[in-house]
Amino acid sequence: MASLEIIQLYVFILAGFVGFFVITKVPSLLHTPLMSATNAISAISLVGALVVAGGEWSRLASILGFIAVASATLNVVGGFIITDRMLKMFKRAPRAEGAKK
Amino acid sequence: MNPRTVFIEAAYLLASILFILGLRSLTIPDKARRGMQLAALGMLVAIVGTLVHQDIVSYGWILAGLVVGTAAGYPLGVYVPMTAMPQRIAISHMFGAVAATLVGLAKWGHLFAEGHLTRPVMAALGFEVLFGALTITGSFMAFGKLQELLPGRPITFKGQNYVSLIMFAAAIGLFGWLVYEPANPVAFYAMAALALVFGVSLVLPIGGADMPVVISLLNSYAGLAASATGFAIGNNVLIIAGALDGASGFILSIIMSRAMNRSFTNVLFGAFGAAPEASAKTATGLTVRAITPEDAAIQLAFARLVIVVPGYGMAVAQAQHQVRELAALVEKNGGTVLYAIHPVAGRMPGHMNVLLAEADISYEKLKEMDEINDEFKNADVALVIGANDVVNPAARSDKSSPIYGMPILNVDEAKQVIVLKRSMSPGFAGIENELFYAENTSMLFGDAKQSLGKLVHEIKQA
Repeated sequence: MASLEIIQLYVFILAGFVGFFVITKVPSLLHTPLMSATNAISAISLVGALVVAGGEWSRLASILGFIAVASATLNVVGGFIITDRMLKMFKRAPRAEGAKK
Repeated sequence: MNPRTVFIEAAYLLASILFILGLRSLTIPDKARRGMQLAALGMLVAIVGTLVHQDIVSYGWILAGLVVGTAAGYPLGVYVPMTAMPQRIAISHMFGAVAATLVGLAKWGHLFAEGHLTRPVMAALGFEVLFGALTITGSFMAFGKLQELLPGRPITFKGQNYVSLIMFAAAIGLFGWLVYEPANPVAFYAMAALALVFGVSLVLPIGGADMPVVISLLNSYAGLAASATGFAIGNNVLIIAGALDGASGFILSIIMSRAMNRSFTNVLFGAFGAAPEASAKTATGLTVRAITPEDAAIQLAFARLVIVVPGYGMAVAQAQHQVRELAALVEKNGGTVLYAIHPVAGRMPGHMNVLLAEADISYEKLKEMDEINDEFKNADVALVIGANDVVNPAARSDKSSPIYGMPILNVDEAKQVIVLKRSMSPGFAGIENELFYAENTSMLFGDAKQSLGKLVHEIKQA
């Protein structure tokens, strides 16, 4: 196995650890926004789709690339908007009520 | 490294950092929104960085894709109601998987035509297409169930698990063959097709109440498919973002399974043998006490501590705004209202929190199970709205019950329990709930939204 793949494996495993430690700390209160956020972030496949759609490998590849770009863009745009919409709703109690904590 | 490569790699590095910071911000509700805006900025940086990539020679298809995707994604972000969030999330897993899978197919075709398929790249493409394809159909089935295009109950046939298992084994076998001998179009397309069918057979037998686990698992698979794409095209930001998503979905599905006291395997293959055993206690000879809205309103009006226990029934009736109205009245009378959220209440992780937050209920009152379970004994009224299995005391006491051992909310310890329920039909698990027959329990039958409306009306009268 070439060294490039070894480095990729390092990146994957270390990123997995970072993900594990960060996400175990997310309160269950925000699990739905978490899910829609990670979904939007994983639409980073768009980066791969762009190269396929613009690479002029073949007509078929361009069409597949186009569909992939459209699907991923849909998740990027829709995903970040809806996550923001949800997070906007989570509010603290107004001070007057003397919230605990 | 030429300047262009440096620019692209710097953009990817910055994007990766912003993604991690964005996710970290979700640990603090007050900072979450800002953090996610940073993550969105990271996405923009990564896209702009990619657009100058030397392999991109024409922009026509790219532009068309970006326009179509934005035009479709914007309304899906802005107009989908919070009550439709589970199916919205399920379908977005599908779109993510479609992107990853198609990139994999196109890349494979390209490398095959040029004769450049190596084993490591084939292994990455194999993972990508396997996870991607099964996530496409699996998420679509989950979407169908949540949107009620398909029946929510498990759909099974005899020997289903064996058929699924054989398909899965065949797909893995083809995968192994491909890594050994990459330039094999028949095996490659057969593997993709098998993965598509496997996705269907994986989700169809899973019932509605198990959806939180399934959605989390599909979330994880979509992430792993993205990560595999990164391996295949040698792109670190894809590997990192995919790994983050994969880890997140994996953790969520573990939390969800644990909250149901079930193993992964049990959730995925549990519908084996179809209907849940009816061995649990039946309710012969017991009577339930129905209560009128007037009487329930009086109890609520004078309660010092009310704990609301929402469940899927509240989501179906879209009653979260009426809950807030009722809570405001109780609070006006000097009482306190808290909300007890079971991890698997609803159809996806955090479902109830989103609905209650939408109704303008401050998140400090939304309590996790461990946080609130000791409070029930101090509660004057526990108001159960469309929740069933998560409040069934049989989980604590009845070893023959299918949900025995599942952690539940200690609703039965409250002085009075009022259960809002459509009818006496048992919950998803098909088991009777002793709570409904307990001495301190009274039932308020009817649609949750209407019942709450009546309660609000009555308290105002009082």
